[in-house]
Amino acid sequence: MSEPGPAADAGLSPSATTPVLAPAHARRLLAEMLLVRRFEERAAECYTEGRIRGFLHLGVGQEATAVGGTAALEPEDRLVAAYREHAHALLRGVPPAVVMAEMFGRSAGCCRGRGGSMHLIDAQRRFYGGYAIVGGGMPLAVGLALADRLEQRPHVTACFFGDGAVAEGAFHECLNLAALWRLPVLFFCENNLYAMGTALGRHQAMPLIHRKAAGYGIEGMVVDGMDVLAVEAATRLAVELVRGTGMPVLIEARTYRFRAHSMYDPDRYRDKDEVARWKTRDPLVTFPRRLRDWGLLDDESLRELDAAATAAVEQAVAEAEASPPEPAAELFRDLVGEPIRQPAGALS
Amino acid sequence: MTYREAVREALREALHADPRVVLIGEDVGRYGGAYACSLGLLEEFGPDRIRDTPLSENAFLGAGIGSAVAGLRPIVEIMTINFALLALDQLVNNAATLRHMSAGQLSVPLVVRMASGAGRQLAAQHSHSLEVWFAHVPGLKVLAPATVSDARHMLAAALADPDPVIICEHALLYATEGEVEPAAGFDPWRAAVRRAGDDLTIVTSGGSLPKCLAAAEQLAAEGIAAEVIDLRCLRPLDLDAVAASVATTGRLVTVDEGWRTCGLAAEITAAIAERSFGDLVAPPARVCTAEVPIPYARQLEEAALPSVAGIVAAARRLVVPATAEEAPA
Repeated sequence: MSEPGPAADAGLSPSATTPVLAPAHARRLLAEMLLVRRFEERAAECYTEGRIRGFLHLGVGQEATAVGGTAALEPEDRLVAAYREHAHALLRGVPPAVVMAEMFGRSAGCCRGRGGSMHLIDAQRRFYGGYAIVGGGMPLAVGLALADRLEQRPHVTACFFGDGAVAEGAFHECLNLAALWRLPVLFFCENNLYAMGTALGRHQAMPLIHRKAAGYGIEGMVVDGMDVLAVEAATRLAVELVRGTGMPVLIEARTYRFRAHSMYDPDRYRDKDEVARWKTRDPLVTFPRRLRDWGLLDDESLRELDAAATAAVEQAVAEAEASPPEPAAELFRDLVGEPIRQPAGALS
Repeated sequence: MTYREAVREALREALHADPRVVLIGEDVGRYGGAYACSLGLLEEFGPDRIRDTPLSENAFLGAGIGSAVAGLRPIVEIMTINFALLALDQLVNNAATLRHMSAGQLSVPLVVRMASGAGRQLAAQHSHSLEVWFAHVPGLKVLAPATVSDARHMLAAALADPDPVIICEHALLYATEGEVEPAAGFDPWRAAVRRAGDDLTIVTSGGSLPKCLAAAEQLAAEGIAAEVIDLRCLRPLDLDAVAASVATTGRLVTVDEGWRTCGLAAEITAAIAERSFGDLVAPPARVCTAEVPIPYARQLEEAALPSVAGIVAAARRLVVPATAEEAPA
């Protein structure tokens, strides 16, 4: 789909196999966006209080992209993300308390405090991280898909990255390799229009990212990343295509982060009016409004959903705060693994 | 058997032993490998397992990492160690970090093979010895097979390891001939005494081993008994073996085709100075590649690299009292 069209506006997917918007599903999407938003707002507070240190990159404003993009995935599908990935971790089911504990440097964190905000990993939930080198997760995603193809498993690997990654060699090497080897990778570009502080038009000679797919002979799509239903519908279509053909697909969701790049960023490179304009498209305003218009949500339900999200985040902070710090004595833990098997040569 | 054949036999054995083993790299299939190490394997195992790649070192090495995480046992071949620099991001930022950074959730049982070293007049972008770059990094293991037998057996040991292992094969060794010892009891993580002696210890690895053995032979003719230790594994280093030898000889010469500054020889020298200072009867010496990019012309390349004569001279300086007449270089 080239633009968010009437199908998305009606809450309908362009895919024949996708059901129309059910009230329960609408509420789920909204609840997920609320959880992500409240989690990140609370994380920012924790950062200001000094409980979270290092880099903290927030995706406030990008929730529709993350929620719609992950809603189309099966639990067995794999996900690789970049460093603005709190949303993706939460949406794959990593408990908020575990994410928060990781950022607090606690043993209860998913990586026992070794990764922090930028390196959330939960292998059991098939969430493979959390990569802080721009484009760095992309080759790994190709490899996950290679293993699935050779072992004839039906999974899709969804690889999320920002528009900044499109300038990296890894992006081009990986699109080519995945297409050449016919690997089931969904390349998902969360295009928030800035590579840190450099606007898309200042880092891409040809800024229509989805069109770069043509250079590798694969499908490219673009979708309004501020519209959760459009993102979900487009992603569902893309995932079906990947699963059906075994070929990679590139999807570009145009979105916007409302806050600075990181907590260190004074945000001097964006026009205040531009930020204000995008805020009128806040998915946490527009989506509830549409659901109200369609009679799928009333003010009372919205308040309840929001209160539940806030309570879940408060609970997460409390649990993380109550859990012990990862002891310095554990510094050398998990540096080397146990031998897998005897060397083949040693048996002969 | 040649070193090249030993590598090929090891690859064939690994591919037979485990259906999850795949070989990934530039020209490993139809071409048969830049050094012919995988000649015939495409025909034997098919294109799914012998995977020719585009010239995308970072992507295909990273694909090796991802496929290892997801259950395959990939062997990634990097044509020449200088090309590995294009994949350093994946090696250092991902392969080396994921077990620790995921608190043990992810394992990267990846083997990376690459040709290293000079001696073929390939100039500064195909001739360097950058093993120590990888040996610097916690989370990586580095093997340097110096003998045909090690070339035959180290791959299986690397594949049996749950973490990333880099095997650096010196390009000049591929044509060398040697015996293959039985695999029973094979332990590549320990250094080997390649020649016994009690006057001084020469520590080396990979492509420098033949030069050190030749130097030891010359020294023996002069009545100097050099012990030659082949490190075999550059991370983790078997410093116990070096220290044990120095305890007997009191003299240490480290020979490395890498550069001297911040190099492997610097590490060996520092470690032995720290733990065996009392055993040393002479200052440790280093014989390394001259601090230049490896040049093309034969006479320039030879002048840059460690030589038998240079090793002999360094050894002689340690053993013969300083007042003795300086031997010709």
